[in-house]
Amino acid sequence: MPINAASVVIGLSYASLLFLISVGLSVVFGLMRFVNLATGALYLVGGYVAWSVANRTDNFWLALPAGALVALVIGVVIERGFLDRLLGKELMQVSLTLGVAYIVADVTRWIWGGDPLRVRAPEALRGSTRIFGSVVPTYRLALIVIGAILAIVVWYLLERTRWGAYVRAGVDDMEMLECLGVNGRRIFSVVFALGALLCGLGGALGTPVTGVSPGIDSQMLLMALIVVVLGGLGSVLGAIVASGVVGMVDNMVRTFWPEASFFVVWVLVALVLIVRPQGLFGRAV
Amino acid sequence: MHRKGLDVRSARSSRLLLLAVAVIALLVAPAVLPDYPLSVLTEIVIFSLFVMSLNLLVGYTGLPSLGHSAFFGTGGYAVALLAIRAHLSAIPALIVAVLAGIALALITGPFVLRTSGAYFLILTLSLTQVLFGIVWLWRGMTGGDDGLPGVPRPQLPFLSGVVGSWTNFYYVVLLVVAIAVATLWWVVRSSFGLTLVGIRENERIVEGLGYPTWWTKYIVYILAGGYGALAGGLFAYFKGYVGPGQLSWLTAGEALVMVILGGAGTFWGPVLGATVVLLLRYEVSSFTQRWETILGLVFILAVLFLPEGLARLPDRIRDIRAKGRPAAAPAEQPAAEAVGSTAIAERSEQ
Repeated sequence: MPINAASVVIGLSYASLLFLISVGLSVVFGLMRFVNLATGALYLVGGYVAWSVANRTDNFWLALPAGALVALVIGVVIERGFLDRLLGKELMQVSLTLGVAYIVADVTRWIWGGDPLRVRAPEALRGSTRIFGSVVPTYRLALIVIGAILAIVVWYLLERTRWGAYVRAGVDDMEMLECLGVNGRRIFSVVFALGALLCGLGGALGTPVTGVSPGIDSQMLLMALIVVVLGGLGSVLGAIVASGVVGMVDNMVRTFWPEASFFVVWVLVALVLIVRPQGLFGRAV
Repeated sequence: MHRKGLDVRSARSSRLLLLAVAVIALLVAPAVLPDYPLSVLTEIVIFSLFVMSLNLLVGYTGLPSLGHSAFFGTGGYAVALLAIRAHLSAIPALIVAVLAGIALALITGPFVLRTSGAYFLILTLSLTQVLFGIVWLWRGMTGGDDGLPGVPRPQLPFLSGVVGSWTNFYYVVLLVVAIAVATLWWVVRSSFGLTLVGIRENERIVEGLGYPTWWTKYIVYILAGGYGALAGGLFAYFKGYVGPGQLSWLTAGEALVMVILGGAGTFWGPVLGATVVLLLRYEVSSFTQRWETILGLVFILAVLFLPEGLARLPDRIRDIRAKGRPAAAPAEQPAAEAVGSTAIAERSEQ
């Protein structure tokens, strides 16, 4: 029974996390061609802060917003402090966001040490559930539900609201949008901040599943980059679909050929990019 | 105009003087330095070549690669395999390493060059990750995550017995890197090199002038791959070991930051970048564990205050002295432009 409900649930719950970290990266890139290599660091911070809050207060539901908010603050600092100097300069972006990633990785190791930390899932979501004849961890199911709700919210915001229309117009043609009297810079600020918030939330939600430890930041950054290029830079639908594909493929490979898990998704990315450099849902490069 | 000509000439002679001093310092360094600092210096020399090869893409041509470690690692594995399995000596092994780098670039070039800008960044990154995965999986050949230990350090025969083995190896590295850097200088100064700068500044115009821009980019990608693999081969000898870490994108990211810190598109900038980052790593780590934080701060400060890199620091100081304020406002002018015009101005002086 190679593919059963359990493996689907595990794959999709991973996909939820991937969606949270990659959607901000994708839209931010689409809007301003900004490569944020500190994405993984935001995930890491979200996870660590959530761990601390959960340990102090013993309340998981408090830990989630705490992790998300700290990531939001870091995101806003990057955006307010540096962004205007970096527009259109990939090299400066790489240098600055890698610098932030180094500092965050080092400071978090300083504060929380090098051992993997894990948060217990909230009382109501511990244990397991029977679904389609397999037993799956309840928290994983909850992750899928949370991921799906957030995906719908983000999709609605971007596809069905006026503000979202501005964002999409900005992805297509920022100059034209600004000519029409819309403040593109402010839209970008909001998108950047929301992206950071979702990243931190992803880190907080992920701690009961993956734990949080040094190194998970670069691991998650790479996964987010995979999702973003696979889905197409700037596309929310692309981020949703690609998260699902990558989550499922990654989990399936982990089951059958554990050593190759990292490798196969990259081959997938390379193949897709060779055929379609703009990704599955991206516009032409 | 006349005054500018003088400036350029005096700047050139002072630069030549600086180069002569640096060469002499590098040659006599082993007499002064104990083994450990000498090994750090050796690493700096090797990384300088690696970062220079990346600078060909990033600085001169404007192709931001985040996967240059693919070549660095390929060269390393080629050398290690040949030295351990086939007991090949250094010169043929390094030649094969360069050929392996060139072959990898030949194969991957047509794919990655379909893109530019941030897409290029991510595509080169995924290339290096695929290689990383292959190395990880192919245990029988590459040793997987254990890597391949026991790569013997090559020695110059006429020096063996006269100087210690670290000193001898240092001279091997210095010799190889000097030859490579001389050829790089020639590449950058040629009309091909100027075409690269043109592509960086405005690819369409260069194409419109009738230059085969795609082929130019392909060739420079291959060259960068060859030089990068050469540096990787030397690095495997230096470590006596090659492992997947040499292929990791973190190595590529670090090299990219060295390019930016030193000055993208300047010839000697990569040397400065490699020196600063490696010295920071080894020196700062000796008195504090927080060296990564310090390195991160250096990256950020460099973006804020030295967006054009260390290599252009003297120019900026001169500009500030001359006019009382920085001439080229970095926020508006791409750092690259300054080099392009200087390079062209200097050529017209010759």
